[in-house]
Amino acid sequence: MNLFNTILVGLKEVWTHKFRSVLTMLGIILGVASLVGMAAVIKGMENGMKEAMIAMGGADKVLLQEEEVPSHQQHLADQAPGRTMVDVEALRRSAPLLRVVSPEMRVSGVVATRGEKMAMPSELCGVWPAVVDMNLHTLAHGRFFTELDEENAHAVCVIGTGIRDELFGAPEDVGREIIPIGELVNLNGQPFTIVGMFAHYESEQEKKMRELARSKPPETRAGPARQRGFGRGNWAFWRKNYTMYIPLNTAWIRFRAASGLDNIPDPRLSDIDLKVGSIERVDVALQQARNVLMMTHRGIEDFSFRTQENNLESINKQIRNARLSGGFIAAISLLVGGIGIVNIMLASINERIREIGICKAVGASGLAIFAQILIESVVIALLGAALGVGASYGLVAILALISPSANAPLITPLAMAIAVAFSALVGVSAGLFPAWKAARLNPIQALRNE
Amino acid sequence: MALVELRNVSKIYQLGGEEIRALDDVSFDIDEGEFISIIGPSGSGKSTLMHILGCLDSPSRGTIQLDGMMIQDASARELAAIRNRKIGFVFQFFNLLPKLNVVQNVELPMIYSGVSASERRRRAMAALASVDLANRSRHRPSQLSGGQQQRVAVARALVNDPRIIFADEPTGNLDSHTGEAILGLFRRLSVEGRTIVLVTHDPEIAAVTPRRIEIRDGRIAEKIDLTLAGLDREAPTIPRRPAGGGTGVTQ
Repeated sequence: MNLFNTILVGLKEVWTHKFRSVLTMLGIILGVASLVGMAAVIKGMENGMKEAMIAMGGADKVLLQEEEVPSHQQHLADQAPGRTMVDVEALRRSAPLLRVVSPEMRVSGVVATRGEKMAMPSELCGVWPAVVDMNLHTLAHGRFFTELDEENAHAVCVIGTGIRDELFGAPEDVGREIIPIGELVNLNGQPFTIVGMFAHYESEQEKKMRELARSKPPETRAGPARQRGFGRGNWAFWRKNYTMYIPLNTAWIRFRAASGLDNIPDPRLSDIDLKVGSIERVDVALQQARNVLMMTHRGIEDFSFRTQENNLESINKQIRNARLSGGFIAAISLLVGGIGIVNIMLASINERIREIGICKAVGASGLAIFAQILIESVVIALLGAALGVGASYGLVAILALISPSANAPLITPLAMAIAVAFSALVGVSAGLFPAWKAARLNPIQALRNE
Repeated sequence: MALVELRNVSKIYQLGGEEIRALDDVSFDIDEGEFISIIGPSGSGKSTLMHILGCLDSPSRGTIQLDGMMIQDASARELAAIRNRKIGFVFQFFNLLPKLNVVQNVELPMIYSGVSASERRRRAMAALASVDLANRSRHRPSQLSGGQQQRVAVARALVNDPRIIFADEPTGNLDSHTGEAILGLFRRLSVEGRTIVLVTHDPEIAAVTPRRIEIRDGRIAEKIDLTLAGLDREAPTIPRRPAGGGTGVTQ
């Protein structure tokens, strides 16, 4: 009996018992939908996380972190120098495998004001121009700091678009883009001139939504304007847009020179970020940096490196865990669906004992009957899988409505293929027992069956 | 060599430790082109005999030769292939598949013998035409009368051009008029040269065949071989024997 015919007969069987078949398929439908939906959600999560990681500076960025001194050096703890400009200069001179060294001196508790308006920067940092490369900033307007700004500690600043939105008005509200180059803002009362502004950073998802919003006529909004939420993943872009940079020397002289204990100057930097020349040689480059820093720190190991690899690892770990738990649930659902199929196939062959007897009498071999039942079972499973894939689109659409925009679920062909393959497997294994039972029916007794 | 040769065939069932001999040392031949009836009351073993002859069952003892092959030890799979190609069945309850239409029912045996779709349709329509049902090919079995359904079953039995056709009480579920028509159909097929075995409990129906084998308690009770008696292709009426040995005791 050829395959096409068998499949056709199987489909006919399903069609004859539509309601029963759909109920049977429900397990498979839910299983496939949850598998594909879960994979889509995780894919969205992964994309959001990776985008955020890149927004924070890309894969070749290494953070030089301050660390408690190790226990065997505990007696030297009060001599730990912390991260200072000495380290930066030493690294620049003696660690050629590092491409960029970017010191940051964060000034906390600063409010930027302009007239009545005020903004809280996500970070106000004294930086070198290297920070643009380091944090993957794009300067859209104006200029960045020059050596003269650094040397003379000019009161200049470069801002993100978020600060502009707060102090001058967002393009969405004003209707045109304001470029506040040359304007003055007050940082804790000290006037600073804006010399440059970064591009607006956003995730792919936000960009799409913004473009969509632009193509549509503006809706009249009822009630107070709600602040757009920044779900997981979005915070990285929000943070980047609310950045405010001033020259390192300016930060030092105007804010930090008397900020230490008892107004003693605190020369420690809040961050030293590194970029390695080639990502393949991260380990060598970091060893070199470690050697240099062991010199400047006089052997006190009060620092450590945090690579994005660690970050990536933790992202991957989260993804793996999410996949595992989601896959487990979906697998159970598919298993239950499989049991449903076994049940219905057993009922179906019981109903058709006489028909099977007829087929055997006219010459169907046990194998032909076996194949017939098995294929019917697979047909049910695959139909269920097809409906499940359809349902997963609905499920994902619902999930997309309730999940943060940066993590919009994304259906992947791979997940679909896996789900369908798994359903086929379930169909085959669910059909085996009923098919075996049908195949070994005695034709005489089967024909006598009423 | 005869088309079918049974030698000392027995079928023994074990039922609760008791041995039941459904067939007990049966031997006979069926020649090519013969029209023969196997007659006997219910429980006589005639159904068991037909099942063994029709390759639906295997004997416990003895040998069977069918069309030059010894089949007493054939596997279930080999028996299925023999049923498919060499044997046609017509049953009392028609046994058509209710979900398939008439022509699909007739095609069924060819599906298992791997005939191509176009060839299947052509042969099925030819078989239906030979039983005068070509115009009902798209109907469901449930839309046909009993006689028509039985003719579809005959067409299905013929479609793979079998060496031998078994009809198990083919008129048992039909009124006498329709039954006559079906028997007429078998007679016509016999004249066309088909080998037909009619299994029945009714001596009147058995009377249409030239040769009869009577089974009683698993044994051949009586052979009436009119072919040898020179009464070929005649349908004589034979005197009815009273059931139960004719003691005539009434209560």
